[in-house]
Amino acid sequence: MIHTEGLTKDFVVSRKETVHAVRGIDLDVAPGELVAILGPNGAGKTTTMRMLTTLLAPTSGSARVAGFDVVTQPGQVRRRIGYVGQGNGAGHNQRAADELYSQGVTYGLSRADSRRRAGELLDSLDLAGKAQRKVTDLSGGQRRRLDVAMGLMHAPPLLVLDEPSTGLDPQNRANLWEHITAMRTAFDITVLLTTHYLDEADSMAERVVVVDHGEVIADDTPDALKTQFAGDLLVVTTQEPDGAAQLARVVERWQGATEVTLTGTRISARIANGTTRVAELVHTADAAAVGLADVQVRRPTLDDVFLNLTGRSLRESGTENEEVAA
Amino acid sequence: MSATTLTPPGAVMTESRVERSSFSRDTGIVLMRELRPMLRDPFSLIFGLVQPIVFLALFGPLLGGSLAGSVPGGSVWQWFVPAILVMTALFGSSTVGSNLLYEMQTGAHERMLVTPLSRSSLLVGRALKEMVTLGAQAVLIVAVMVPFGLRLHPAGALLGLALLAVFGIGLGSLSYALAIAVRKQDWMFWVVQQTFLFPLMILSGMLLPLESGPGWMQVLSRFNPLTYIVDAERALFSGEIATATVGWGVVAAAATLAVGLAVGIRGMRRSGG
Repeated sequence: MIHTEGLTKDFVVSRKETVHAVRGIDLDVAPGELVAILGPNGAGKTTTMRMLTTLLAPTSGSARVAGFDVVTQPGQVRRRIGYVGQGNGAGHNQRAADELYSQGVTYGLSRADSRRRAGELLDSLDLAGKAQRKVTDLSGGQRRRLDVAMGLMHAPPLLVLDEPSTGLDPQNRANLWEHITAMRTAFDITVLLTTHYLDEADSMAERVVVVDHGEVIADDTPDALKTQFAGDLLVVTTQEPDGAAQLARVVERWQGATEVTLTGTRISARIANGTTRVAELVHTADAAAVGLADVQVRRPTLDDVFLNLTGRSLRESGTENEEVAA
Repeated sequence: MSATTLTPPGAVMTESRVERSSFSRDTGIVLMRELRPMLRDPFSLIFGLVQPIVFLALFGPLLGGSLAGSVPGGSVWQWFVPAILVMTALFGSSTVGSNLLYEMQTGAHERMLVTPLSRSSLLVGRALKEMVTLGAQAVLIVAVMVPFGLRLHPAGALLGLALLAVFGIGLGSLSYALAIAVRKQDWMFWVVQQTFLFPLMILSGMLLPLESGPGWMQVLSRFNPLTYIVDAERALFSGEIATATVGWGVVAAAATLAVGLAVGIRGMRRSGG
């Protein structure tokens, strides 16, 4: 569905300064996938999306979207993708149903089909009562759902969403996601989205492409990324400090264990297959008559993955480096 | 949730339908999209229609008093009504960029750029909306002014409106190009628009005849395309059709259109960045 080779975008800011927003991205997305591009602000996510949706011409490299080249066949690409940008796709002085109708005829639906489809989408996105409302009178969550409806009017094989849930409260985010996943099932579409919400990428995407400084630094399922780049966090508390020291020596000998720390009665470490390992440790403690007070295994978050890949936390990074042409 | 009741994608789109796209069809879609909010909200339409009448009612008598007899052609209304139409077109078209600026900020323009609509239709369709309004305003102005002594020459008046439409689309395109150029500092739009608008207006002899002005103004006015449009409109509304004055007006309008479209389409192609 998407195939890019060395996709690159430089922005010439001034004679002396060029921002290398995207530096040679190779990305393949198969039909039916749900892929999230995750990265801090300024990582090049939006710039990449804008190249894939024909809004920006790449400086070098190539991209084929839905079977067509974004530079030489932009019209063909545009007909086959639905796009939900960072802003509101629906004009603010328009009525919801009118914008959907215009969008439909734009893609070649007949007037009757366009009206019918607009009605169907308003229904399925819980906007039926809002058809005749002006876009400015809709809430943030409703506007966002309307934007998704706009992107789906022509039933495109590929839906591209640029930070679809930014600015929404948790309830509206969850609601939007419910709709996006339902639409995906109903239409069998490929979904590519960007997000800087870690939990969102974690729970929704089947595949996460981590982007930093314009490059892909990791690309896998959330679970595989965690196993590969972070490992589980093991925290064991014993009743006596002596017992803790004894168990810490055991943990230190495990292959692949990192960040082993002992503070008083508390031992923590990172290790793959944490649940299996912790069972082992409980067994060891039992055999050595070491009393345990508490045992925890925490799956890593994507933030741990990002931290291990870049040395920075995704939550903190990126603020000093605003995205160019956002 | 009732996602299951949705029409399956195959039934929504068929390849042959998807591939069809033409400038006139696209322009019609953009124009209708622009007109719809106005039709839904007749108040804005009514205010828009009444505006030039108010101006005419307040400015016309003053002009009649101070220029009685000195207006070329004799009748003040015959001289002034075509100018008011040009002024209405000038104000309407030169400000359309601000609508685009707004839609660039909200995201609607970006969404439309990702649709297969031809880039030129995004310009022309939007600019045409002002021309539809202008047509309605013209009908109203003429209807109101005929009882006050305006002589109506239907053929000339219709051609005059067509000429204004050509000019208006060109100027509207320039306004959009300006909006695109200043999209990162939107206040610049009004600074530039006002800087050009008033000199162009005054140096066209639209509101006050330049014949009584100093020589340098008359010279400058000859370099102002709007002068030729205003002169041509006055000629057309007096029933002249095949004259040199009208011919120069057509040249000025066509040149505005050509430059406007060239600059505007170039801007529209780059507006995704």
